[in-house]
Amino acid sequence: MKENPNPLSFQARISPEDFLPASSEEKQSLVIMRESVSFWKDGVRRFRKNKVAMTSLAVVILIMFFSFVVPFFYPYTYEQQIRGSEHLAPMEYSEEELAQKAAGENVFPHVLGTDKLGRDYAIRVMMGSRISLIVGLVAAVIILVIGSAFGSIAAFFGGWVDILMMRVVDIIYTIPDILLIVLLSFALKAPLENLAMVPGFGWIQVLGRNLISIFIVFALLYWGGMARMVRSQILTLKESEFVTAARALGAGNARIIKKHLLTNCIGTLIVTTTLQIPSSIFTESFLSFLGLGVAVPMPSLGSLASDAINGVNTYPYLLFIPALLISLIILSFNLLGDGLRDAFDPKMKN
Amino acid sequence: MVKYIIKRLGIAVVTIWLIATLTFCLMNMVPGGPFLSEKAVSPQAMAALEAKYGLDKPLFQQYLTYMSDALHGDFGDSLKQRGRTVTSIIATKFPVSARIGGIAVLTAFCLGVPLGCISAMNRGKLGDSIIIVIATCGIAVPSFVICTVLMYTFGVKLGWLPTLGLSSWKHYIMPVTALAFYPTAYITRLMRSSMLDVLGQDYMRTARAKGVNRFVSLFKHALRNAILPIVTYLGPLLAYTVTGSFIVEKIFTVPGLGGEFIGSITNRDYTVIMGTTIFLATLMILMNVVVDVVYKLVDPRIKLK
Repeated sequence: MKENPNPLSFQARISPEDFLPASSEEKQSLVIMRESVSFWKDGVRRFRKNKVAMTSLAVVILIMFFSFVVPFFYPYTYEQQIRGSEHLAPMEYSEEELAQKAAGENVFPHVLGTDKLGRDYAIRVMMGSRISLIVGLVAAVIILVIGSAFGSIAAFFGGWVDILMMRVVDIIYTIPDILLIVLLSFALKAPLENLAMVPGFGWIQVLGRNLISIFIVFALLYWGGMARMVRSQILTLKESEFVTAARALGAGNARIIKKHLLTNCIGTLIVTTTLQIPSSIFTESFLSFLGLGVAVPMPSLGSLASDAINGVNTYPYLLFIPALLISLIILSFNLLGDGLRDAFDPKMKN
Repeated sequence: MVKYIIKRLGIAVVTIWLIATLTFCLMNMVPGGPFLSEKAVSPQAMAALEAKYGLDKPLFQQYLTYMSDALHGDFGDSLKQRGRTVTSIIATKFPVSARIGGIAVLTAFCLGVPLGCISAMNRGKLGDSIIIVIATCGIAVPSFVICTVLMYTFGVKLGWLPTLGLSSWKHYIMPVTALAFYPTAYITRLMRSSMLDVLGQDYMRTARAKGVNRFVSLFKHALRNAILPIVTYLGPLLAYTVTGSFIVEKIFTVPGLGGEFIGSITNRDYTVIMGTTIFLATLMILMNVVVDVVYKLVDPRIKLK
């Protein structure tokens, strides 16, 4: 195509040579040398290089395996009280079990001993970490859903909607969480118990009402940070050309938010959600320790530690095992979150 | 500036009112009144007690009465601890929590800031790695773990420190350590990252280039800028720690406000629940406002919206 001598002219001035087939050199410049690295591949590659993060991922998977899979094959259950086997040290057998062994029966050892009611401690610790993990994961999902929906709607519509919604977040942010959690868990006990009696709500009994009140507390209070994070991302994203393009193609608000805006801040979403898990586990163990967590006989790492405090002189391992495990879980989730942040959201690193 | 402070105070007042109302509703949702647990109260006595404390009136009227009294600074009498007003309970319990919390925050600040600086200045060396590993583990350990480990090692096994009460300076060591542990680790990490940020700035290079010695450049330029994030963290931290950690007070049987709060909920001591909640919430919220204003005063670059 020739240069148009008159810059104000709208004529295209196409010559017949412009329609000739491309030469091999011209074709060469369009060949893709190697596959383009997508956002995910790039992130995964960076994540794999991070030894600390990979180790913590392995630890998390191992703990998940022990708390979700192993209990199905384990010969004891968490509520089974074995007569005569109270307060056994790790790997110790009671007299009856020794007699059984002498008779040629196979007795599975109490790897971590037993507690004061003769319950196998290893399975209780596994069930306890299962509760902790469930609380962490479910709370993270609740916070992810509420926080991202709230933040994206506020940012997308802007104006007085934004001001009003963010004011709500400000207020929620300043509510002292521990105070309200303690109050709420007390107050929600009775209504949930009544609700469990209503047909169709029997699952409340199965889950345990304290667990549900913990989730309600998380859903009420903890999504403020997520909402702020998402809002700040979307405020810049919504000015991008692809949003205008989507709008020009006739996409509605809901579709733009779901398909275009939220998918573009997926890195932030993943990282914030992962880092939310340890803090929820932290809170749950704190509540269980105060006796506001899961209902007996269901164990949680916090309540196991709390029960063990009175006998700490004689049976210190009953306290140290859950205490260590909870620290390990929180530590590995923290490190995993940091690793994910470095890999998928390098801008967030400060 | 004045407008900003007024706006923040306005939000604070709304939040406090919201919390008070919420607490009032939640408290009344809990079944069982404050006098149920007492042995063999006759219906007449029960009615007399309820009438005395105004619990027989409709809820909304109770709410209005309470709120107007509270606005006049009267938080009522405790329903359980006869003859004590809520104000006097708070006045005796709060200083205990405040003393322990204050010492703990001071300790955390005095340890965390230097550790973070040392770590940032020796980036990538052995010292940095050690500090960062300890700090990372430190924020992963819940306070009840620290408390129990401390109590087991120093209180029970070694017998160096007393475990219960607060009668001498020795009694303070363990609760303060337990309370200071998490903030120290957090401040160290925060200080390290903010220091690294500042050390990489152009003005630091300029300072070195024009011949300012290392010591002066560190204290005059780096530290003053790097400490800002710590200031923001310090306010809420102070509020949370000073108002008493529930766990630490429970384990070491410290007669503080945190323990009082938990106790009042289990006892359904309505007036004490309301009083402590409002007091603690007000303290925490005001602390946040103060920090934001101080932040602005310390760093003029920050624009207040």
